[in-house]
Amino acid sequence: MLFVRNGRSDDLVVRGARVLDPAEGVDGVCDVRVDGGTIAQLGTNLETNEHRVVDGSGLVLAPGFVDAHVHLRVPGREDEETIATGTAAAAAGGYCAIPAMPYTEPLVDSAAVLGSLVEDAQAQAEIPVGFLAAITRGQDGAELTEMAELADAGAAGFSDDGHPVVAPGLMRRALQYHGITGRRLALHCEEPTLSKGGQIHEGAVSAELGFAGYPSVAESTMVERDLALAAYEGQPLHLLHLSARESVEAVRAAQAKGVAATAEVTPHHLCLTDEAVRTLDPNLKMNPPLRSADDRAALIEGLRDGTIGSIATDHAPHARHEKEVPFEAAPFGVTGLETAFAALYTSLVEPGLVPLETLLERMSAGPAQAYGLERPRIAVGAPANLVLLDTAAEWQVEEGGFRSRSANSWLIGKRLKGQVRLTVAAGRVAFE
Amino acid sequence: MGEIHVMREDFLPPKPPPRRHLISIGDLTRDDVERLLATARSFARTLEREVKKLPTLRGYTVVNVFYESSTRTSSSFELAAKRLSADTMSIKAAGSSVDKGESLKDTALTLGAYDPDVIVIRHPQIGAPQLVARFTEAHVVNAGDGKHQHPTQALLDLFTIREEVGPLDGLHVAIVGDVLHSRVARSNIQALTLMGARVTLVGPPPLLPRGIEAMGCELSHDIGSIAAADVVYVLRMQQERMQEGANYVPSLREYTARWGVTPERLRPGQKVMHPGPMNRGVEIDPRVADAADALIETQVRAGLVVRMAVLYDLLTTGPVSVKTPDPLEVA
Repeated sequence: MLFVRNGRSDDLVVRGARVLDPAEGVDGVCDVRVDGGTIAQLGTNLETNEHRVVDGSGLVLAPGFVDAHVHLRVPGREDEETIATGTAAAAAGGYCAIPAMPYTEPLVDSAAVLGSLVEDAQAQAEIPVGFLAAITRGQDGAELTEMAELADAGAAGFSDDGHPVVAPGLMRRALQYHGITGRRLALHCEEPTLSKGGQIHEGAVSAELGFAGYPSVAESTMVERDLALAAYEGQPLHLLHLSARESVEAVRAAQAKGVAATAEVTPHHLCLTDEAVRTLDPNLKMNPPLRSADDRAALIEGLRDGTIGSIATDHAPHARHEKEVPFEAAPFGVTGLETAFAALYTSLVEPGLVPLETLLERMSAGPAQAYGLERPRIAVGAPANLVLLDTAAEWQVEEGGFRSRSANSWLIGKRLKGQVRLTVAAGRVAFE
Repeated sequence: MGEIHVMREDFLPPKPPPRRHLISIGDLTRDDVERLLATARSFARTLEREVKKLPTLRGYTVVNVFYESSTRTSSSFELAAKRLSADTMSIKAAGSSVDKGESLKDTALTLGAYDPDVIVIRHPQIGAPQLVARFTEAHVVNAGDGKHQHPTQALLDLFTIREEVGPLDGLHVAIVGDVLHSRVARSNIQALTLMGARVTLVGPPPLLPRGIEAMGCELSHDIGSIAAADVVYVLRMQQERMQEGANYVPSLREYTARWGVTPERLRPGQKVMHPGPMNRGVEIDPRVADAADALIETQVRAGLVVRMAVLYDLLTTGPVSVKTPDPLEVA
């Protein structure tokens, strides 16, 4: 279910890095040798076997990141992103696998569209990329897609991302039927009659600025409904981009009762609150919106205790002219692949809110497991999916510095700590 | 958990820039407001003269861009600029390149190419004045952006209250009606509380937005509470927003019965204001609108001198100028 440009596998020795794979229980300074794209040996003073040597001293070598929530905009909006530019951006962010969302023009709701994407990926993808297919045809919430055929054609999961499955009866059928595919359902939880017209989080900031509010209950009531249906059907589900305290608490309670629910959170919801929207910068407009300080605290707590197992960027490229409009007219969404680690390291790890180990786990093993993908790991015999991180490096995010075709980042002009030095994805050096 | 509430300093919105534009009352200090009101007062005296035109802003260019219909705001900005001898140009969205799909950015760049000194903009979307400020060198005056702000309306209301009622400090103002959709309400809450007045918002619960009390006002759903106020400020019921199915209130009829401002609900001598245009018989009883205690025409007159003061202030006391000439001395 992941596809990548065919090509070489690399030989490599990373020398003297702090090798840190929390899920594997690995933490120590040593060398790592990669032979033909596979991790061949861990140890000190390894023979280089005439491999290329990368000096890792002072750096952290971790399993490559997995982002389960990316919009590659193909087909339809190649002016905003392509498989080539989106996967290059992901590689620059330390990612070794990205399942992409099906919210495209046309939508990925048939094996034909999916098949053409798979072909494109095999020609262009710098790192392995997967494609989720829609849950309902046209994402209109009326009829299920042909999930079995889509899974056979390589769908990495199913999502009506950007849209909720509004009708509870249809949601129940999707939960029942998708089980035969072995793929995950990923749900965008939003009760449309509560969020209608909403631009930013409903609260003191929206009241003062005059925006129609998008209340946190618009998300949490749908989260609660979907968890109840999943519990009733005994099926797993993955909840996209949680933003509200009530949602985190609902997931925690459902998990405690044995519901196989996984959840994700975005870097922007972990770093910012709705106070940031006062600038009216359209690059702070996203769905779900930035919420209150209390919601942010609950998200961080959920990330720490494992209720939220994945960090996902919801990388949503938009053309420059579409964001250079008044806030109210701007589309929802921001980019994030190239800044996620640095933003979170700067905002959460440096101030001591989240341990580095937890961040690395939630950016790699967590999302992989949520989608049933093989977990990137640093172990002999595993395919080389690695990221080499410089946690001391400071850099400034520049509008012209992105590999993504779009630059609608809320971080432009900000100084961040933590930089990706090298990414190895599926045995190949994808970024350095 | 306390430490989680600390957001990184550099992720917070930056401090307001030097006062170059008038976009939100929130950007003004009490001193700014005092100075603007004092300037407006001196202009009011000059308008009592036989020749009303002052040479103060001769050579400056003021462009009015209106993307929404407006009578009093657009006409008073235009007249204000003319009274100060500035060159003016007014552009309405209808009949302009906006009809051809031109973006606001491109319109701003086009107008900016003429090097106007001030661009006055009204736009239905929040954030439009900021966008114009980003793409032109002109001083930008917000003449209303969506439901966000209408700062000159709040300033003229302060001016009116001070002239007709008295000092703002400690004054109690009840703002009645559709606060949710009202930029006038937002600017006025900020302006009145900034000047030390007490503000009570009165209306049906769905029209008083959640979280608005954080702006420093009190809330009431009982129209009876307006009797305690020194001034009753009636908001326009935006009928276009009260479409069937919106259910902010069950019907205009019920709204009027419950929250309409009628003579019976006012104390004798209580002053009443309204930003216009009025829906007589909906939010305001015609007997109230036409009574001697209604300050509605005074508000319109105040609009002219306050907008003269705003233009004068931006062009003469902004960051580029060191000296603050007395407007009458210049005249």
